[in-house]
Amino acid sequence: MIQLTVNGQRQDIDADPDTPLLWVLRDDLGLTGTKFGCGIAACGACTVHVNGAPVRSCSLPLSEAAGKNVTTIEGLSADRNHALQKAWIAEQVPQCGYCQSGMLMAAAALLRQIPKPSDADIDAAITNICRCGTYQRVRRAIQRAAGGGA
Amino acid sequence: MMRAVITFAGLASVLAVAGAASGAGTRETSLAAFAVMDQVLTGPRCQNCHTLTGFPRQGDDRHPHRFNVMRGDSGHGAKGLPCSTCHGRANNPSSGVPGADEDWHLAPLSMGWEGLSPALRCAHLKDPRRNGGRSGAALIDHLQTPLVTWAWSPGADAHGVARTLPPVSHAEFMQAAKTWVATGAVCPD
Repeated sequence: MIQLTVNGQRQDIDADPDTPLLWVLRDDLGLTGTKFGCGIAACGACTVHVNGAPVRSCSLPLSEAAGKNVTTIEGLSADRNHALQKAWIAEQVPQCGYCQSGMLMAAAALLRQIPKPSDADIDAAITNICRCGTYQRVRRAIQRAAGGGA
Repeated sequence: MMRAVITFAGLASVLAVAGAASGAGTRETSLAAFAVMDQVLTGPRCQNCHTLTGFPRQGDDRHPHRFNVMRGDSGHGAKGLPCSTCHGRANNPSSGVPGADEDWHLAPLSMGWEGLSPALRCAHLKDPRRNGGRSGAALIDHLQTPLVTWAWSPGADAHGVARTLPPVSHAEFMQAAKTWVATGAVCPD
């Protein structure tokens, strides 16, 4: 049994320690907001926070999350009132939406480190892939959120 | 340009010949030991993170790390995207992402070796202003840390293709490093 805290709730997980955290979140805990994209830590659709830092959960074994605090898109805010979530709506960022929970978690990690990021900061930190090509709107939404919310 | 490659077997014979080592013999022994070390230092497993660029490299062709991955201020990646976003505490056999039991990061720019001559690389390696303030003994210790030894257990990529290994074993590398330090860490001209 491996213990971890997910969105503020302690969880005891009975799974192989090598299980990717993504599958624990989705299949064991039913938190399906975090998406599977590439499975090789490249696309960022599976981004969550572990102890506050962004992590590609498809490539993180459950054993490495043991005892840590995990935040998923469901835990980004209690009422969808995070500045990024409001900015995402204001800028109408998503098209298909599949990559957006990972985008939001990556953006939240960036703003924690750099509250007022430049475009270059955003380009360096947000390497997530969006096959709809919403990158310009992602950047605008991050800048909007950094400026005080939607 | 052809570059003389001294194998560990060659080094062993040099050592045997050196015996109690005259000054000239010690110098030859030291140079031979560095030549063994340099085969490793110039390989992609070391050089991809000992870069002189604002980004790490990947693969045996040493292409820039995909996805605009940056060095960042401290060599641990861009703010908001640390290397540990993807690189865990061990190689990940399912994703092919390499990892080691240490925070994955680049060597500082002062320890970048790309494009340097063997003489300059050697000089930088033993210069405390460039090597993190390390003495010879501390340098030997560094060569046994997880990120360094990862080069000899680099795992396989996302397609299951094993990454290439350095041309000499870690034991041979360590023996050469100890010999190099013990003989005065002589650098080629």
